[in-house]
Amino acid sequence: MIPAGFEYHRPGDIASAIGILQEHGDEARVIAGGHSLIPMMKLRMAEMGHLVDLQAIDELKGVEVGADTVKLGSMVTQHELITHDGLATAIPLIREAALQIADPQVRYMGTVGGNVANGDPGNDMPGLMQCLNATFELSGPDGNRSVAARDFYEAAYFTARGDEEILTRISIPVPGSGVRQAYEKQKRKIGDYATAAAAVMVGNGTASVAMTNLADTPVWSVSASSALAGGDVEGCVSEMLDAIDPVADNRGPVEFKKHVAAVMLRRAIDRAQSRAG
Amino acid sequence: MNEQTMTPGERAANLKGMGSSRKRVEDVRFTQGKGNYVDDIKLDGMLFGAFVRSPYAHARVVNVNKEAALAVPGVVAVLTAEDLAPLGLHWMPTLAGDKQMVLADGKVLFQGQEVAYVVAENRYIAADAAELVEVDYEELPVLTDPFEALKSDVVLREDLAGQTEGAHGPRKHHNHIFTWEQGDKDATEAVLGEADVVAEEMVYYHRTHPCPLETCGCVASMDKVTGKLTLYGTFQAPHAIRTVVSLISGLAEHNIRVISPDIGGGFGNKVGAYAGYVCSVVASIVTGQPVKWVENRMENLMSTAFARDYWMQGKIAATKDGKITGLWCHTTADHGGFDACADPTKFPAGFMNICTGSYDIPTAYLAVDGVYTNKAPGGVAYRCSFRVTEAAYFIERMIEVLAIKLNMDAAELRRINFIRKDQFPYQSALGWEYDSGDYHTAWDKALKAVDYEGLRAEQAQRIEDFKAGRTRKLLGVGLTHFTEIVGAGPVKNCDILGLGMFDSCEIRIHPTGSAIARLGTISQGQGHATTFAQIIASEIGLPADDITLEEGDTDTAPYGLGTYGSRSTPVAGAATAMAARKIRAKAQMIAAYLLEVHDDDVEWDVDRFSVKGAPERFKTMKEIAFAAYNQAIPGLEPGLEAVSYYDPPNMTYPFGAYICVMEIDVDTGEWEVRQFYALDDCGTRINPMIIEGQVHGGVTEALAIAMGQEIAYDEMGNVKTGTLMDFFLPTAWETPNYTTDHTVTPSPHHPIGAKGVGESPNVGGVPAFSNAVHDAFRPFGLVQSHMPHDHWRIWKIANGLGMHG
Repeated sequence: MIPAGFEYHRPGDIASAIGILQEHGDEARVIAGGHSLIPMMKLRMAEMGHLVDLQAIDELKGVEVGADTVKLGSMVTQHELITHDGLATAIPLIREAALQIADPQVRYMGTVGGNVANGDPGNDMPGLMQCLNATFELSGPDGNRSVAARDFYEAAYFTARGDEEILTRISIPVPGSGVRQAYEKQKRKIGDYATAAAAVMVGNGTASVAMTNLADTPVWSVSASSALAGGDVEGCVSEMLDAIDPVADNRGPVEFKKHVAAVMLRRAIDRAQSRAG
Repeated sequence: MNEQTMTPGERAANLKGMGSSRKRVEDVRFTQGKGNYVDDIKLDGMLFGAFVRSPYAHARVVNVNKEAALAVPGVVAVLTAEDLAPLGLHWMPTLAGDKQMVLADGKVLFQGQEVAYVVAENRYIAADAAELVEVDYEELPVLTDPFEALKSDVVLREDLAGQTEGAHGPRKHHNHIFTWEQGDKDATEAVLGEADVVAEEMVYYHRTHPCPLETCGCVASMDKVTGKLTLYGTFQAPHAIRTVVSLISGLAEHNIRVISPDIGGGFGNKVGAYAGYVCSVVASIVTGQPVKWVENRMENLMSTAFARDYWMQGKIAATKDGKITGLWCHTTADHGGFDACADPTKFPAGFMNICTGSYDIPTAYLAVDGVYTNKAPGGVAYRCSFRVTEAAYFIERMIEVLAIKLNMDAAELRRINFIRKDQFPYQSALGWEYDSGDYHTAWDKALKAVDYEGLRAEQAQRIEDFKAGRTRKLLGVGLTHFTEIVGAGPVKNCDILGLGMFDSCEIRIHPTGSAIARLGTISQGQGHATTFAQIIASEIGLPADDITLEEGDTDTAPYGLGTYGSRSTPVAGAATAMAARKIRAKAQMIAAYLLEVHDDDVEWDVDRFSVKGAPERFKTMKEIAFAAYNQAIPGLEPGLEAVSYYDPPNMTYPFGAYICVMEIDVDTGEWEVRQFYALDDCGTRINPMIIEGQVHGGVTEALAIAMGQEIAYDEMGNVKTGTLMDFFLPTAWETPNYTTDHTVTPSPHHPIGAKGVGESPNVGGVPAFSNAVHDAFRPFGLVQSHMPHDHWRIWKIANGLGMHG
């Protein structure tokens, strides 16, 4: 479990980090908490000459809770998401989901930016961000741009982020009062990726549902969301089952995963709807 | 308090002897990060070894090109089978009478098999260079199913071609290893033919792995000046390793010093010899420098000794009232590419013939066929005595299957078939003499403790609620009564590589009344330094706190066969008591001399000898110890020390009653252990706190095995569970609360009546968890479903029973 050799960089600002990425092209990768990348490097499934550590960049840190929008720096850790009271009041779904990620030790290091930017279909935050209709802010050599979470994911580990871009910030609209939320995840044990997970927001005639680890990208379904907005739970489940495309792995075969997906979604909807609005 | 005024009870308490929940003395260093494990050992000029391993499960090795690896700065050597062949070390003997490649000799037989060994100045260079060794493979057909392997034309072990006789008798097929038969086949078949009821079932105990937290490793250090080899390693049997190294390397045994430092868990995984040890020794001899090899987690899971993988076809016969009349079992044992099971020589299937369990079964027959496949070798006793968990799982499933067939309560079926207290010592139909037991008392205590009747009433209500659509959760009550067979063992029938399975203890009392004891065993977390000192404290009246325990250094410790199969307390613990008694016998003579009375006129009193009828006239052990070193006592040599090599007259037979109450979600396959009650009878209890810890740990490993832990292969022989993401190792989150309880039925033949406990919880735990899953679905028609009971397999049961609409 020893990775191939690499050069380690620790820039102090975004511009320097982008400069290093430009200089080394696909030889370089940014690293946030490292909980996806480092295991891949140790397995020698990922080898890169240059590792650009974002830990020292203050611009990437901090949680801002506004009246309409929450902004999360990409280097905010899962632990900070869980312990930030203002955030928990504004969007309780984030804490609820973050508590389902890995274990406390991993959550001290793992970041929200790393979780969403890596494009790992097993990660919980991408589906959650799609459910919340978040926007990802990217900085690159050509300046800044924004991409909706719902448009960000192309395939497993492939996203709309350019090789020389860094995900700097996540903007999330604060759901209106009356929008109730729930996150349901089935996993084999602490630290596991989801067998199936569902993020649900419903209320005020609107709804949004997204699921995790049931395709090579997170799955947010407009038709499933509209069905739920119209109060049609079984319609929502049925639309979502059409949208997902799980593959068999050690968690079980496709038939099982589809069944569990439906169960998780129904339970998330039930739990969201049973909460005080 | 002084020695005159303290009561005998107070003096005994001060000793912290047997029965005291003395805190573990080892934990002072472990909890402060001051343990000394193999990977902590750093020697001057130490090199590092790393393996190139096969990505294929079955392939010819056409060519190995070392050039690119050797060109890496810092690489010292790259060893292949060709380099080891002139030394005769490209193969090594296994503990099971087979031989095993050290490095791939022309072909590989399992994924992860060692192909080349890279030696470099540090572990980073070694890892980089291992990537650069170019191996040309030619893939061969892969056999992962033992039943297929016995029919296939594909020859796995070409080196054995034409050999129709193996280490354990005739071979029926080129992929067959042995057939081992016990009991009376004809009589059993006759009983089955005449029985009122016969239940038949295939019980599969899947392949898993001990997965100790510390992986296997060693540091070999050959001193070319003294000619002495020091080998530090994760060895559960350091003396046996020394002898094996001597036998296969040709080095004289007195020139080999084997040291097992602190070991981070073994569970059977560290009993055998691995290619890494041999290659490190060779590399150190060749380079004259110390060489360290420490495997990583994936290497540990993929290549070192697995456990279980037994397909057990069973038939159990009974009268219509439920009295069992016969048991038949045919096991197909998947041993992987080499037969490297760690069993006593005469027991190629271990003590699988304990499979009549806790029951008085008059007639029985067992046959085990060992088979080669393209999987890793091993077959070790993972936290159990040799194949005893397999045996216990088999009989405890068969009892449940019979209960279904008879439409009987499984607790009652057990009760009417238990061996009665008055039948001990009990001769089993498959050849064992059970030493002692009181199963009915334990069983009744367990059922009462969990309110068994209440649980069944709750379960009946739950079934009604489920059928009425009021709940989607089922309730399972998993019952187990197990009998372990531990403490291998009598030299007359137990040996490993010809080494009798006795064990040993040497005790030296220092002049000031403290002591050091050395044993042939080695703790891997069992707490020997704590418990063995307690035995000595009770036997010779010196405080346990004043007794140092040392194990694991073959230059200082007396010869012993090591720690596995719960043998330390039954064998080395007995040796400890016997050595202590020799010391006490000499102390009695010294005391009598000092008190100026005849030897027979003094009597033992907790921590002293006193004159019979005059207890105020006494000599404490502390005083006696000093006298042993400063007085010329006629007829006695100076000093106070003793050694005992103990050959036990019989195994010991710990037993227990475990009950698991489990909630199961039929829609997701998720489960939750609501209650787990573990009653253990391990005879005399030396340290109740350590026993409780052993039970907690063993039941947790049982939970892992029953509920998810496995080494799974795909049809190409690829390991699907090579990391802890997929190999289930429970954390505190997944671990339920346990209630422990006990009865005490001492072993009649053990000097202190102790039986061993470390492995009972795994033996009893696995069937308890599995039976809970089965019991939840029994009312809906489930008879048998194979472990591990992970979410999807439980879901599949529910799905198969039509529970998903």
